Amino acid sequence: MIALEGITKRFADHTVLDGIDLSLERGEIIVVIGPSGTGKSTLLRCVNFLETPDAGRIQVGDLQVDATHASRDDILALRRRTAFVFQNYALFAHKTALDNIAERMIVVDRLSKSDAHDRAREILERIGLADKADAYPASLSGGQQQRIGIGRAMAAGAEVMLFDEPTSALDPEWVDEVLTLMKQLAAEQQTMIVVSHEMQFAREVADRVVFMEGGHIVEQAPPETLFTNPQDERTRSFLRKVLAGNGPAAP
Amino acid sequence: MHALNVDYMLSLTPILLSYLPLTLGMASLGMVLALVLASLLAVIRVSRVVILDPLARLFISFFRGTPLLVQLFLFYYGLPQFLSFLVSINGVTATIMGLTLHFSAYMAESIRAAIVGIDRSQSEAALSIGMTHAQMMRRIILPQATRVATPTLMNYFIDMIKATSLAFTLGVTELMGATQKEAASSFLYFEAFLVAAIIYWIVVELLSQLQKWLEKRLNRAYQR
Ligand SMILES: Nc1ncnc2c1ncn2[C@@H]1O[C@H](COP(=O)(O)OP(=O)(O)O)[C@@H](O)[C@H]1O
Ligand SMILES: [Mg+2]
Repeated sequence: MIALEGITKRFADHTVLDGIDLSLERGEIIVVIGPSGTGKSTLLRCVNFLETPDAGRIQVGDLQVDATHASRDDILALRRRTAFVFQNYALFAHKTALDNIAERMIVVDRLSKSDAHDRAREILERIGLADKADAYPASLSGGQQQRIGIGRAMAAGAEVMLFDEPTSALDPEWVDEVLTLMKQLAAEQQTMIVVSHEMQFAREVADRVVFMEGGHIVEQAPPETLFTNPQDERTRSFLRKVLAGNGPAAP
Repeated sequence: MHALNVDYMLSLTPILLSYLPLTLGMASLGMVLALVLASLLAVIRVSRVVILDPLARLFISFFRGTPLLVQLFLFYYGLPQFLSFLVSINGVTATIMGLTLHFSAYMAESIRAAIVGIDRSQSEAALSIGMTHAQMMRRIILPQATRVATPTLMNYFIDMIKATSLAFTLGVTELMGATQKEAASSFLYFEAFLVAAIIYWIVVELLSQLQKWLEKRLNRAYQR
């Protein structure tokens, strides 16, 4: 179970998140949509303290962290139970694909190097990149890099995976392979919060779609409901804009 | 004016070469120690560690702001007076100490610049998988910064090799000291120092080749 309560974040005098409440059951998949600059990335980053929330509580499994009194250990524990997939992949540039995935198991989980490499090889197998074990990020396509980014997140065995627009930096030709991998994880009941504007993906995979605007959650509902019968005018107007440029996904 | 005494130069070469290990030894040990110290200083500066950061800044400012020769004299002649248990400090030790402290101050600044230049996504990815700040520095940031800083650090190593010649002012018979002694007995100053110069020159040229090779190797991970 994941629960966010009253997550608030200000940059100077700009309140980017204004008391966000959101909870997920184990295995649940949430897709977060909303105009750009509305705080979606900031919300994900607050969940694992890449940004420090100014207020709020975060619960992941049996770990409860109060943002205003988070100790160093709390933050480490939280990060170890969550996994982040970055928009720009953020692979370790000096490490091979295999080492990118194994790194966490070696350093954080303290597996022996050979055990970590065995497990990393299994993950490479699952993400279809077994032949790229020794390749460095710079030599891989965007799609391959992002799949390794997801592989690195898989290595965490995290209770929740956080995806921040995982396909929006990709050339269109690589989007499908990344979405396919995410669907595979969804089928395995991986709990996920996905910020994405891939409406077709949301429709197929999400248990719930959350529409955010101006630091608030405006509306949330199962995808069919939210896409076909949005309640709030702001949701309607956003969907009109997004779906206009998204032909086949239009309701 | 006399003709160049080539025979003398040839016979002097093996004698001077026998002092090369001491020269390279002082420079190598100085370099290793300076790298360790410089990395520490750089991390302290970048991480803004309380209390240590202003001290690191002071250290760097002092050792960059004063001549190496003054620093060497300070350690060799001055320190034993000040710290009475050091009745004397030998010239080799004082040289290594001076080189280490002096060059670590310069190297700290290039390592710091290299660290600051590493893309923020690298540290965020490291933190996101649950690394501590120290683990992030050691496993992700420093290795990448090393690649960026290596060409500059190699240049400092070359400077350091040349700077070992100052050890002769502390009475150490290294390459320069030996040349000075040989020249004083043969009176063939030009020949003697020409041999010494050529030896330094060849060593530095070889290192430049190593430097090129090393840069290629370090850039391997970044080839498309
Ligand atoms: N580190 C930061 N410092 C100052 N402002 C920031 C920072 N990060 C994000 N913001 C601001 O917070 C707002 C929300 O940003 P973000 O969470 O990236 O939005 P989204 O992901 O929904 O596009 C934006 O106005 C952005 O400019
Ligand atoms: Mg964003």
